[in-house]
Amino acid sequence: MNLLTVSGSPHVYTEESVSKIMYGVVLSLIPAALVSFWFFGLAAILVTLTAVVSCMFFEFIIQKYLLKGPVTVFDGSAVITGVLLAFIVPASLPLWMVVIGSLVSIGMAKMTFGGLGKNIFNPALVGRVFLMISFPVDMNMYPKPSAMSTQLTDIITGPTPLAIVKEGVAQGEKIADLVPQVPEYANLLMGNMGGSVGEISALAILLGGLFMLFRRIITWEIPTAYLGSVVILAGTLWLIDPNQYIDPLFHLITGGLMLGAIYMATDMVTSPMGRWGMIVYGIGCGFLTIIIRIFGAYPEGVAFAILIMNAFVPLINRAFKPQRFGEEVKNG
Amino acid sequence: MKTFKIGGIHPPENKLSESSPIKVLPLPESVSIPMGQHLGVPAVPVVQKGDRVKTGQMIAKGEAFISANVHSSVTGVVQKIDEISDSSGYRRKAIIIKTEPDEWEESIDLSPNLVKECTLTPEEIVKKVNEKGIVGMGGATFPSHVKLMIPPGKKADYLLINGVECEPYLTSDHRLMLEHGEEMLVGITIQMKALKVSKAIIGIENNKKDAIDHLRKLVTDFPGITVEPLKVKYPQGGEKQLIKALINREVPSGKLPIEVGCVVHNVGTSVAVYQAVQKNKPLIERVVTITGNSLKEPSNFLTRVGTHISVMIEAAGGLPEDTGKIIYGGPMMGKALNVPDAPITKGTSGILILPEKTTRRKTAVNCIRCGRCAGVCPMGLEPYLLAVLADKNRHEDCEHERIMDCMECGSCLYICPSGRPLLDHIRIGKGAVGKIIRSRNQ
Repeated sequence: MNLLTVSGSPHVYTEESVSKIMYGVVLSLIPAALVSFWFFGLAAILVTLTAVVSCMFFEFIIQKYLLKGPVTVFDGSAVITGVLLAFIVPASLPLWMVVIGSLVSIGMAKMTFGGLGKNIFNPALVGRVFLMISFPVDMNMYPKPSAMSTQLTDIITGPTPLAIVKEGVAQGEKIADLVPQVPEYANLLMGNMGGSVGEISALAILLGGLFMLFRRIITWEIPTAYLGSVVILAGTLWLIDPNQYIDPLFHLITGGLMLGAIYMATDMVTSPMGRWGMIVYGIGCGFLTIIIRIFGAYPEGVAFAILIMNAFVPLINRAFKPQRFGEEVKNG
Repeated sequence: MKTFKIGGIHPPENKLSESSPIKVLPLPESVSIPMGQHLGVPAVPVVQKGDRVKTGQMIAKGEAFISANVHSSVTGVVQKIDEISDSSGYRRKAIIIKTEPDEWEESIDLSPNLVKECTLTPEEIVKKVNEKGIVGMGGATFPSHVKLMIPPGKKADYLLINGVECEPYLTSDHRLMLEHGEEMLVGITIQMKALKVSKAIIGIENNKKDAIDHLRKLVTDFPGITVEPLKVKYPQGGEKQLIKALINREVPSGKLPIEVGCVVHNVGTSVAVYQAVQKNKPLIERVVTITGNSLKEPSNFLTRVGTHISVMIEAAGGLPEDTGKIIYGGPMMGKALNVPDAPITKGTSGILILPEKTTRRKTAVNCIRCGRCAGVCPMGLEPYLLAVLADKNRHEDCEHERIMDCMECGSCLYICPSGRPLLDHIRIGKGAVGKIIRSRNQ
């Protein structure tokens, strides 16, 4: 007889694994990807492919030749970073900038901290913020949606709905006069608007979110707290002065909020572990997003809001411990 | 349906032997009866090499308060008193007896008829349970007579009976409830009398509907006893989790169930109490599940204590070719054996044979901070944090994060998608912290 294996209990393990989780996320991103490929055409496909390939390439190079450790480039996490980075930059962005963004995401935000699971900040968001600061012009030209376009140069660009409203309000225009300048809400929901590659369709992203919820990759706490606090804060402002502040629904379905709330803020590595911590973190993200969108210098605040809250995660984990068994004696 | 609130997992149930009736395992050629089959001080042998013993005769005495008597499970001659390797892999003292045809101790009533009436006083019941070497048969093997004595100043409201059997694969309690339901109920009545409680609740997970229905029919004749179906969730068989599920009380950290007015006994223990008190029969045999996906005949055997596992494996069709692990107990909390030779003891509820391909742990990769370990921990701990703190020898922080509350149910290691050996680290941490606490209390 062969020798018996001896190990500590338990002796059965779940089928779930890191790469199954990661590829589950990738799978859930397909609807959003299809919508962006439809509205932004070939340019969106190229940006996405470039980001994914360069993220995997940089991770491979760094793990193999710099760290000389195990290469885990196929665990799916670099693929997610690539797809998400592509999803939050304009489709018209020059591809070499996408490559630089990928290097920052993987090299600076992820591998510097020790690779998967060790990073404090969401890699894709760090990449985007780096590009935003380094290449403000290119990062602020958003192509107008045109179905199945194969155009790669001279793409017609324009401001995003959020930018139109922000600019208008700053010029002293009333919200009622600005609304006709942005697409109708049904179009916004579908994704028929100017914006980053994959953030445009709230509907497709929600679909992916439901899949992840069903697969138990994410839980309801962060998206609900995030979107809920956006609705509450934006709604309060709107009720106070509907001439100056646009309604909360507009906030929900424009810009990167849906993608941020469902994919970025829920990133396991950079979000809190426990239920109450998640809720506090989600509320923080929501409030910061609206404050930056309405009072800040940028029309969009999702990336900064989540990165700021990322920094608080260790403190949140410390402050919000799970409910211990037998902590308070209940005799029911 | 009731269940406990914090954490829990639902591993594949794999109750392969649930419809296989209890069979009597033929007498083995020899038995090795360990002296330490219970929690506490090992018993001291009262027989010598060459002595002839009868089935049911006391061969070792539990002299300390927390200890238990040990009886011979067969008739035969004591070959030697030696150290053998038990389920822990350590060598421990045992009495080895060569088996002859059964000749039972005269005082034992072997007739199959049910004796319902019990005229003994509570003190006499406790004495009898003590004499007959009854220990908790769910696995923890705490001497039962100690549990039946309420400490001064405390009062019990409920006797809770653990028929949960939340470990995957195991079915011995399930079969016992189906086939020995009435004896168990009489046993429960006796324990209620000893504890002076008027209410007993039998908690059974809902994957054993036939046992629930069967016992519900039987309890109509037993006032004060009710049957409560529970949602299937591991580790509901944990004492604290069962109390929470059944009567919604939380046993405080580091305290015993009596703190919240209840005592928990296993269904097997209740049958053993019946046999001890009503039939004078000591705890010398028990139902043991032998199971595994590659095993020819997963079965439930009525097995004499001290029978070697190899004998049982043969009776179940032999050791499968692809065997990788032999587990003493269930897959979640059982011990992996290095040789298939350990004896069955009073606390052995099952033997599980796992094929080679399922025995390998996943290769551990970085923690992705998904928080699932904290989500499933039934004690509300943070296993990822405890594992790191223990690994870094930060014992003070471990204690502060309540590492001693961990009951080693294994839910964290089961669920971890990164395949991290969380519980291994926590066990080491618990050992170190336990030592610190003991030296502080001295």
